Amino acid sequence: MTHVPYLIAGWGISIAAVSLYAFSVMRRAKRLAALVPVDRRRWMTGDDADIIGES
Amino acid sequence: MTIDTPGTGLDPTHDPTRASGLADPGSVSGITRSRTTTILGAVVLAGAGLWLFLAFGATDPDVRIVEGNEVGQYDAIRLMYVHVPAAITAYLAFFVTAVGSAMVLIKKSVWWDLVAGSSAEIGSVAAALALITGSIWGKPIWNTWWEWGDVRLLTTLVLFMLSLGYLAVRRLEGTAEERAKRSAIIGLLLLFNVILVNRSVELWADQTIHQQSTIADAKIEDLKAFTLYYSMLLGAVAYAWMLIHRFRLAWLERQYDRFGIDDAIARRHAEGASS
Repeated sequence: MTHVPYLIAGWGISIAAVSLYAFSVMRRAKRLAALVPVDRRRWMTGDDADIIGES
Repeated sequence: MTIDTPGTGLDPTHDPTRASGLADPGSVSGITRSRTTTILGAVVLAGAGLWLFLAFGATDPDVRIVEGNEVGQYDAIRLMYVHVPAAITAYLAFFVTAVGSAMVLIKKSVWWDLVAGSSAEIGSVAAALALITGSIWGKPIWNTWWEWGDVRLLTTLVLFMLSLGYLAVRRLEGTAEERAKRSAIIGLLLLFNVILVNRSVELWADQTIHQQSTIADAKIEDLKAFTLYYSMLLGAVAYAWMLIHRFRLAWLERQYDRFGIDDAIARRHAEGASS
């Protein structure tokens, strides 16, 4: 196989970056969820002001 | 275990893992997870296995015989299966950001504002990866990491910088309405820039070292083309999976901001009443 260092760098950086990003989103959500009441944690429908500036 | 909640006034003994009526909102560890994201996540993971097999096991290196000489990209062609999906995912993410931005301006919709912001963040990651993997691919093929005279590279860099600007504007001081409106205008510019990036190699064909449309002109075929299409599809599914998680995080951030303000007002009232 040719160009192995380039393949390792390109694929490695991509897979690592996407994995780290996904992990960081879930970690941030986990930390934040502990500070938000249970009934406010998920957007469902119509139970909160849906218009910007009206809350 | 108690949770330190400085400044929020929340009950530190509050148990966030207690269940409620929602799908799984009581579980802090899986707060952004649902049946949909579990299925999408499983599809992405399984799909990634097939992606690796196709890219490294099933497809051949790019070797052609032209006028008796062996030419081609050899194994560097395998970088195409990660670079192109990253770019397409960025296009898709910024398109959704632009649609969300339009809906913010038309309907002042909070939901669309959060979708637009979430999509822009994922798009920034994808655009950064498209730039990085493109640079890594460019070195063995064009013998350069970067070419300032290439219009596609420049317009992609501008797109990436604009997306960072969009995310920065979302964090500026001001009312929610002001921030949403300002960022929505930049969000619409992202779509214009995506079109510019995509068409740049045709509009300025003499100012790029990129080739023109590979798929449309069927310059690649058979299993390589299938792998490329498959990679783009996988990128889109992964994007959808991440967008749902990121949207739920954005919703939590908004609720935390609002809850914190509500609580501060309540405490100020309580202080006023007691003095």
